[in-house]
Amino acid sequence: MSWFKRKKKGILTELSEQNDMPEGQWVKCPGCSAILNRRELEENFLVCPKCGHHFNLSSQRYFNLLFDEEAYERHDEHLTSRDPLHFEDRKPYTQRLEAARKKTSRNEAVQSATGTINGLPLSVAVMDFSFIGGSMGSVVGEILARSVKRAYTEDRALMIISQSGGARMMEGALSLMQMAKTSAHLTRLADKGLPYLSYMCNPTTGGVTASFAMLGDINMAEPDALIGFAGPRVIRETIGQDLPEGFQKSEFLLEHGFLDLIVDRRNLQEEVGRLLGLLMA
Amino acid sequence: MPNNDSQYLLDFEKPLVELEQKLDEMRTLDANNLSIDLSEEIAALESRVKELERSIYQNLTRWQRVQIARHPLRPYTQDFIDALTEDFVELHGDRAYGDDRAIVGGFASFKGAQHGYADQTVLVLGHQKGRDTKERKFRRFGMPNPEGYRKALRLMKLAAKFNKPVITLLDTPGAFPGLEAEQRGQAEAIARNLFEMAQLPVPIVVVVIGEGASGGALGIGVGDRMLMLENAWYSVISPESCSSILWRSWDYKEEAARALKLTAPDLVEVGVVDEIVPEPTGGAHRDPEQLFTTTGQAIAQVLHDLQALSVPDLLDARLRNLDQMGIFDEAPANPSVAAPTS
Ligand SMILES: [Zn+2]
Repeated sequence: MSWFKRKKKGILTELSEQNDMPEGQWVKCPGCSAILNRRELEENFLVCPKCGHHFNLSSQRYFNLLFDEEAYERHDEHLTSRDPLHFEDRKPYTQRLEAARKKTSRNEAVQSATGTINGLPLSVAVMDFSFIGGSMGSVVGEILARSVKRAYTEDRALMIISQSGGARMMEGALSLMQMAKTSAHLTRLADKGLPYLSYMCNPTTGGVTASFAMLGDINMAEPDALIGFAGPRVIRETIGQDLPEGFQKSEFLLEHGFLDLIVDRRNLQEEVGRLLGLLMA
Repeated sequence: MPNNDSQYLLDFEKPLVELEQKLDEMRTLDANNLSIDLSEEIAALESRVKELERSIYQNLTRWQRVQIARHPLRPYTQDFIDALTEDFVELHGDRAYGDDRAIVGGFASFKGAQHGYADQTVLVLGHQKGRDTKERKFRRFGMPNPEGYRKALRLMKLAAKFNKPVITLLDTPGAFPGLEAEQRGQAEAIARNLFEMAQLPVPIVVVVIGEGASGGALGIGVGDRMLMLENAWYSVISPESCSSILWRSWDYKEEAARALKLTAPDLVEVGVVDEIVPEPTGGAHRDPEQLFTTTGQAIAQVLHDLQALSVPDLLDARLRNLDQMGIFDEAPANPSVAAPTS
């Protein structure tokens, strides 16, 4: 399979193989410690053939995986974050943004596209953990909102692939309000009877889980992903004891009734196609 | 009626309260002793009190406002309900798991007539903190479990059913970060409320009365108008947690409070808050009666404005308002199309 290479030189020049994998021909699997051949791993959708560990997958690869004939239209690449609060902790926010843009060659922590899957129209947004922890500030909220809007104005199904530490601290209450903004747009999608599939990846926590990620008509997750509201460290400190094995993992959420499906990435295209075929037929 | 109980004094309040005590003593002395006239000394002291008040409270740092918002004598949700409404009937339970005491809610008659409007039934709900150790624990410090958010949603849907407006009062350090909260879907409960509140077909007035931290606050905080008390704070995270994550130490809470721009004036500037409700000099706890009057007036006015709108207009305006949240840059669009690679 050939991965998408951007044709036009924009602000962000050509996309390299991104930081979803360590460099080199051989890769050690964090799941089972097996030494894997990079090419074989890539042919396997970056899922360990031995143990099923899901390595991070970039938005481009998700788009290629989902859309018919790897054809799709990208959107919202021209949106960039400002620093509305002039936020500075140990580093100014502007520097963190600069570094993240350089490291990822992306404008922000979510990418959006439209295309078709099995001929059905689909709007997709994919979050990216390597951009300031996939955190949601004004731009991420806006791109997500536009992805939802594209779905309900163009009669498309919606799929959001989440991977995020939650709302972005450096934009304060503005980040918090993105939770309400994205959720509010989802009500209009529901009014039109268009399906929304949420796919949660490792990790999905905080204000992202507590807004659009948990609001799918169908809530799906990759296997063994950490999904929750509060982070494990905070909970451990609150209750003063260790957390049970598997706590806040996909399988735990499925058992407690918050997921419909755990979907292996290798079956994602097929599963999404089947669901949308059933719902949009 | 400033409460001078010294165990509740904030550092920066101390000199003021000491001066006020001196003034009280002098007034008592003056009243009990007909042979001495202290009126000049009293007047001088009164003006010194005023001056000191001004110098302290006109230059509050963001962290000092956070401290005022957490003042143990600050009015809580139940105090607002008692003052602003009559015939409050508290309703309990989420009909699925339990009743969360960190959120209280019910129907009541809002005393609009006092402010030049009619009295009317409202659904009022809010985070509830406790006054003493026992009640604080009972209320889980105002940190809800999923049942609290689900109870709130159940009540708001009742309000919609009976076509009554909703008033929500925010005062929480955050949703409870517990094991059981996660097990029972804290994230889902909050998310569901955001979704449902965005389309609830009755007016929703949100008032930040104390602390408003993260999704725990927002979970009952989506509405048509956002009011905020002058010394309340509202942000994506508490200054302490922000300090611990970004500075990797608990010691930078003052810096974090400054960086987060979490005060009412800050939030008006970025378009998150619509209106600041002024507090008595020194904070709500120094004159709760005055605060209740001002807050009641502000709510009555907002309800009146919102009730003039049709439901579709109300909901369109609510979405438009939420859609405008966010500040960012947008370069001219330059869509790139990926053709199938050959
Ligand atoms: Zn493996």
